[in-house]
Amino acid sequence: MSKKILTTPIQDKDLEDIRIGDIIYLNGFLCTARDCAHTRLVKQGRKLPVDLKQRAIFHAGPIMVPCGNESGSGYKVVSIGPTTSMRMEKFEKEFIEQTGVKLIIGKGGMGPNTVEGCMKHKAIHCVFPGGCAVLAAHCVEEVEDVQWPDLGMPESLWVMRVKEFGPLIVSIDTHGGNLFEQNKKVFNKAKEPIVEEVVAKTEYID
Amino acid sequence: MDKQELAVRFTDLMARFTSYFGKHMPDDVMKALTELRAQQNTELAKIVYDSMFENLAAAEKDNVPSCQDTGVIQYFVECGSRFPLIGELRECLTQATIRASKEAPLRHNAVEIFIEKNSGNNTGVRIPYIDWEIIPDSDECTIYGYMAGGGCSLPGAAKVLMPVEGYEGIVRFVFDVICERGINACPPLLVGIGIAGSCEVASMLSKRALMRPIGSSNSNPIGAEFEKIMADGLDRINIGPGGLGGVKTVMGVNVEQAARHPSCLAVGVSTGCWAHRRAGIRVHADMSYELFTHKGVTL
Repeated sequence: MSKKILTTPIQDKDLEDIRIGDIIYLNGFLCTARDCAHTRLVKQGRKLPVDLKQRAIFHAGPIMVPCGNESGSGYKVVSIGPTTSMRMEKFEKEFIEQTGVKLIIGKGGMGPNTVEGCMKHKAIHCVFPGGCAVLAAHCVEEVEDVQWPDLGMPESLWVMRVKEFGPLIVSIDTHGGNLFEQNKKVFNKAKEPIVEEVVAKTEYID
Repeated sequence: MDKQELAVRFTDLMARFTSYFGKHMPDDVMKALTELRAQQNTELAKIVYDSMFENLAAAEKDNVPSCQDTGVIQYFVECGSRFPLIGELRECLTQATIRASKEAPLRHNAVEIFIEKNSGNNTGVRIPYIDWEIIPDSDECTIYGYMAGGGCSLPGAAKVLMPVEGYEGIVRFVFDVICERGINACPPLLVGIGIAGSCEVASMLSKRALMRPIGSSNSNPIGAEFEKIMADGLDRINIGPGGLGGVKTVMGVNVEQAARHPSCLAVGVSTGCWAHRRAGIRVHADMSYELFTHKGVTL
C-alpha cells in the first residue's frame, strides 16, 4: 500500500476520504500551537502571528537549540513529540473556526467540541505516537520561524517545514468519527465485569 | 578530599546522571516493553511499538532526549545521615539540573506559580523537587532521578475514602483514572498506587512506588498479591500502546502503603508513561558510584 501523504495547502477534498484509524503523513507547513497559543487566540482575542489557513498545527512543545544561520529561525529541533491534545479541547472548535487550520496533530483523543469543529469546517485530528520525539524531529527539514518567544521554549509558535511527517493515526475525521471515544466505550464495557472480579478478590477489611 | 572538592565532583556526577537518564531507558523498562511488543497482534499496535523502539534507537544514536518532555526534574533521595554532602545536597542537585538542562539539552519546564513565567533553566521554587528520606548511620546516598512529562502527570489523582467503601473504592478509583485519563498518558503505563490515611501521604507514596523496579513486589504478601490482581485486571482491558487498543495496558502496578487513621482510607494514583525515565544511583562517601538501574553503564 502506498503512503497517503497530505501536502499543505490542504483542500477540503483531500480530507473527504480519510477515516478514523487511517495512517497518513504530512508534507509542508507545520506550526506548534498548544495551551498558550489557544488561550491567547480564543480567550484573549489576540491575533495569531502565523497564518494557519489550510495548514497544520502540532500540539507540541519541543526542545530547540540555537544554530545560527543554518535555519530561518536561528534554531534547530532536537526533540519534538506530541503533547496531550485533550488540554486544547476547550478551545479547539473556535481555534479551527478562526484560523482555517486543516490538520491538528497531537497525542491521545479529543472531545465533542473538536469533533464538531472538524465536521463543520472540514478538519481532522491525528495522533503521532507519543514519546517518539526523535522520530518526529527527523521529519523536520527546517525550523523556519519562531513567534511569541516570550512564552518560553515549550509554548512558542515554532514554524517548521516537514517531510513525510508521521505516522499520523487519524483520531477525528470530517464525518464525526472519533477513534478514542470509540475505544473508550470498548474499554469501559470491558472494565465493568473485570472490576467486579477484582473487587471480589480484594476484600481485605473483615 | 575536602568538602568543596567533593561537592564539585558530586555536582558533576549528578549533571551527567541527569543528562543520561533522559536519553536511555532503564533495564526493567526495556525488558517490559520488549515483552509487550512481542505479544501484539494488530497492525496498528505493532506500528506504534515499532515507532517506540525506532525512537529509542534514534535517541541513542543522536544522543538526545528520547521524549521532548523531559519533565520537572524530581529526585527521590535516600541519604545516609553520615553522607558527607547531606547539607550541600540541594544546592548540588540544583546546579546539576541547570547544567544538564544545557548539556543534554532538556526542555525548559519550570513555570513559576503566580508569576507564570518559565525560568528557562528547570529550577524554581522547590524545583528540582527533592523527596528526602534519611538513612541512619550510613555514609552512602541513593538517588532516584525521575522525568515525568506533563502527559503522564495529568492523570494523577488522590481521594480520601470512607473506610466502609473499602478496597472496592480503591479498585474502582484506580480503574476509572486509568480508563478515563490514563489512555492519553502514553500507555503501556507503570501504575503507582499509594494507600494511606491521608491524601498527601497516599499521593507521595504513589510516586515513590514508581521508583521501584517493574516486576518487584510490595513488602507485604497481601500487597504483592494486590499488585498482581490489579495488573492482571488492567491488562485485560487491553488499552494497548497509546490508548489505541492492543494487547495489555500496563508495564506493571506498584503499590506502597502507610498505616492509616481508622476513619480514613486514602488512595493516590500516579502513572508513568512507557518512556519511564527513572534512574537510580548509589553514591559512596568517596564519590564512587553504581548506576544500578542501567547495568554496565559508566557516566
